[in-house]
Amino acid sequence: MRKVYNRILQIAGNVIMLEAQNVASGELAMINSRHGASLAQVIRLDQDQVYLQVFAGSRGLSTGDEVRFLGHSMQVSSSPKLLGRIFNGSGVPRDNGPELDEALIDIGGPSVNPAKRIIPENMIRTGIPMIDVFNTLVESQKLPIFSIPGEPYNELLARIAMQAEVDVIILGGMGVKYDDYLYLRDTLDEHGALHKSVLFIHTAADPVVECLLVPDMCLAVAEAYAVEGKRALVLLTDFTNFADALKEIAITMEQIPSNRGYPGDLYSQLAARYEKAVDFDGAGSITILAVTTMPGDDVTHPVPDNTGYITEGQFYLKGGKIDPFGSLSRLKQNVNKVTRDDHRTIMDTMIRLYADCLESREKQSMGFRMSTWDTKLLQYGDLFETRMMDLSKNVALEDALDDGWAALAECFDPEETGIKTDMLEKFWPKKSEASN
Amino acid sequence: MPDKKGRVTGVNGNLVRVRFDESVLQNEVATINCKGTQLKGEVIRIRGQEAEMQVFEDTSGVSVGDEVAFTDDLLSVELGPGILKQVYDGLQNPLYKLAEKSGFFLERGLYLDPIDRDVDWDYSPTVKVGDSVKAGDTVGTVPEGIFKHRVMIPFSWSDTWTVTWVVDPGSYNVDTVVCKVKNSKGQENDVTMVQKWPIKKPIVNYKEKVLPVDTLVTKKRLIDSFFPVARGGTFCTPGPFGAGKTVLQHSLSQHSEADIVIVAACGERAGEVVEVLREFPHLSDPRTGKTLMDRTIIICNTSSMPVAAREASVYTAVTLAEYYRQMGLHVLLLADSTSRWAQALREMSGRLEEIPGEEAFPAYLESLIAGFYERAGLVELDDGSTGSVTIGGTVSPAGGNFEEPVTQGTLKVVGCFLGLSRARANARRFPSIDPLESWSKYKSVVDNDQVTTARSILKRSHDVHQMMMVVGEEGTSNDDYIIYQKGEFLDAVYLQQDTFDDVDGACSVERQQEVFNTLMMVLTAKFALGDKDKIRTYFNRLRQLFIDWNFIASGTEAYDEKVKLIEAMIKEAQDA
Repeated sequence: MRKVYNRILQIAGNVIMLEAQNVASGELAMINSRHGASLAQVIRLDQDQVYLQVFAGSRGLSTGDEVRFLGHSMQVSSSPKLLGRIFNGSGVPRDNGPELDEALIDIGGPSVNPAKRIIPENMIRTGIPMIDVFNTLVESQKLPIFSIPGEPYNELLARIAMQAEVDVIILGGMGVKYDDYLYLRDTLDEHGALHKSVLFIHTAADPVVECLLVPDMCLAVAEAYAVEGKRALVLLTDFTNFADALKEIAITMEQIPSNRGYPGDLYSQLAARYEKAVDFDGAGSITILAVTTMPGDDVTHPVPDNTGYITEGQFYLKGGKIDPFGSLSRLKQNVNKVTRDDHRTIMDTMIRLYADCLESREKQSMGFRMSTWDTKLLQYGDLFETRMMDLSKNVALEDALDDGWAALAECFDPEETGIKTDMLEKFWPKKSEASN
Repeated sequence: MPDKKGRVTGVNGNLVRVRFDESVLQNEVATINCKGTQLKGEVIRIRGQEAEMQVFEDTSGVSVGDEVAFTDDLLSVELGPGILKQVYDGLQNPLYKLAEKSGFFLERGLYLDPIDRDVDWDYSPTVKVGDSVKAGDTVGTVPEGIFKHRVMIPFSWSDTWTVTWVVDPGSYNVDTVVCKVKNSKGQENDVTMVQKWPIKKPIVNYKEKVLPVDTLVTKKRLIDSFFPVARGGTFCTPGPFGAGKTVLQHSLSQHSEADIVIVAACGERAGEVVEVLREFPHLSDPRTGKTLMDRTIIICNTSSMPVAAREASVYTAVTLAEYYRQMGLHVLLLADSTSRWAQALREMSGRLEEIPGEEAFPAYLESLIAGFYERAGLVELDDGSTGSVTIGGTVSPAGGNFEEPVTQGTLKVVGCFLGLSRARANARRFPSIDPLESWSKYKSVVDNDQVTTARSILKRSHDVHQMMMVVGEEGTSNDDYIIYQKGEFLDAVYLQQDTFDDVDGACSVERQQEVFNTLMMVLTAKFALGDKDKIRTYFNRLRQLFIDWNFIASGTEAYDEKVKLIEAMIKEAQDA
């Protein structure tokens, strides 16, 4: 039996300190106080002084409360009974179901050996042209959805989740509004997907430290499924809350902040989670989609900025649409070479011309006379927005590409588009040639 | 070997404090016994009887009182035949071998021999008994892929040595003694095919460092013609995320005319390394006919791997580069990304509670960056041959803002700056190197004066464009409008290049020269075209021809036909 300590020497923020021996870094402890029991984790050792981060927060803790070390670090069950269940950030059921303590695995395990990864090459079709044509989603990709508060990011997340062909969905909520949690849960339920889902939900009202555990819980479970050959889709919302929780703890621990108060290891912390996305050589895969709200619509804010360097592109949600310039799928090259010959051509040309169109619009708004070229661009821009950017569209990739050619042909002569001649000969719609 | 021990007294993330009894070295490697698992770490600060170590692994489970064994060695790599084609982590652990042992995940505390002991090499001695040799001199060779791998007297041995025994030619593993030598003091040493070298010290066993002159051909028009890189030079590619850094690096590692390419994936995505890992064994190297993997070494310490080993990884990479340079080879080292390395330093500095410099980076950041890039260079070796290490580092500035310490510290010491621009990337103009901001101090593959002319047109075109945004097209003169179109034309047909196309992706020097000359005909021509619509139509048509030309393989009939068409079109529109 391990020793019980009941003299807490320091309480600052959510971190307590006491003197104890034979404690390991990262170990869990159980604290029993008048307000209930809470788990805590060792985050620092200094001689006999042990610093613990209390998951339920330190409010109401007494210096005389009982602290018992458990001899292991944070664990989560990986049993098949997880499916259809809902838990909070420290793994306690939210759905009145039984606690699960079988097949326990450590969370935050070691990283995957790069030699055991393979190049991802399976496209995930979503039916949304802005994704399928311009920013193709690929299995095992890690992608944030950059967004300002108020954008329909959870709706987009849910929609992608519904249409993606995966075996398991793991949804992690970090600081989500209770309404949003209910919306996501109910949407999964309505589409009959709850039975293949596991939810770890930390709502905005829950203790902040639990927020830090959510991604690790989700990813540990996803990893267990992936190793068994399953294709897991991990949906996280909202990662900015996770980063803010990190900041809060770091400041409490008197760490030197690096940029806008965030700790210097923000990049490594985010990367450790996102890098769990993987396509295993000889097993399943993990795909991660994570909402990252941008304070003040500022993509250079440390959270979206660091995220952008880690992830394989981003969906940039702006004004209810996926922005064609800010958005990017780095893995699209892996799949769009085999979808259809003209996929890349359409993708590059339409975006380039839309950029030119925005320039013309700027000139127009400044009151300059529009040249013939400007007029064509303006016409094209409107078509692009209505036919391609609308998120409520649900069309197959091939049809979306044909729509693209049609829009180009309605507005331009072939040689104005800067497309290679052999492509033009093969794909330029014949009808419009006659009309020109 | 003295058995130096210590005990853990504190743990703070990957920083572990250790009380020791005897003496320790700064930067000495030590291992912590964490419940039977040996965790490697490096001493980074000593205070009284306590040493602070950065541990190269996750420290969860370490307790106060755990035993620590000091090794008396600095952090070193093993050098010898069999390094080529390998995929290592930042501490030179072979990742494929690790995967065989521990499966999908990297097991903590598992360290394997970097160089395979089970492989035999065909050894041919090049010295005989009685020869006088010194550190860095070749005593024999083994064939390693397409190269003759030189087995050398360890670089750390001072003094002159006399060969007393030489092994017969034959097939041996790397631990075999291939030669015995004796110095004037009568000390006798065995030479094997393997030696160790501390990664943070440059290898300096050469006659002299010379000025880099030859261009390192990358087959990127924008780089080779406009912002060239020299063999033995340094360059950096800073850019915000999504600006195409990785695609550019990938393409450089594929097409650059270097003997050996070392890819150091330092704190970046694992997925990027996987692409190299999986594709290079199947891509053929046009220079040798072998696969690209035959000339590649990958050092891979991706972002989720332990952060302290990330700091070591760039040094591991450059040490391997210097080792192959000692064999008279030209090595290109691509470090992606040096910002992640700097961040690793920052994390450690924060844990050490050092007084922070700008953006909380340590104050010694700049001198470390300079020290790293200075390990590049073209050297004349003692046997008269030359070898070089070219270093290209990407920088990932926070928010894409170049006014930050890592970018600025790097710009001070490199010879070529390839600044990537988000605006160009958004407009899908790839490679998205900004032609107005970038610079190079090295020699171009085309005429330098003409490049200057072309750049000035680009600059003026940009100015006209800016002006047009204010005064509109109608407020711009036809002459200015032609300059604007010329600049856009240059950008579209020469600066932009389709990396994913087989022909356009790699443009040889000869082809660059030919295309550039034709391009200059357009840029210097005095056109009489009429009004702006006509000017635009003309340039659109010409651009179409040029782009098609770029995608046609050299030496084909179609290629020659296009040239004729283009030249005719340029002539017909000239002023009489």
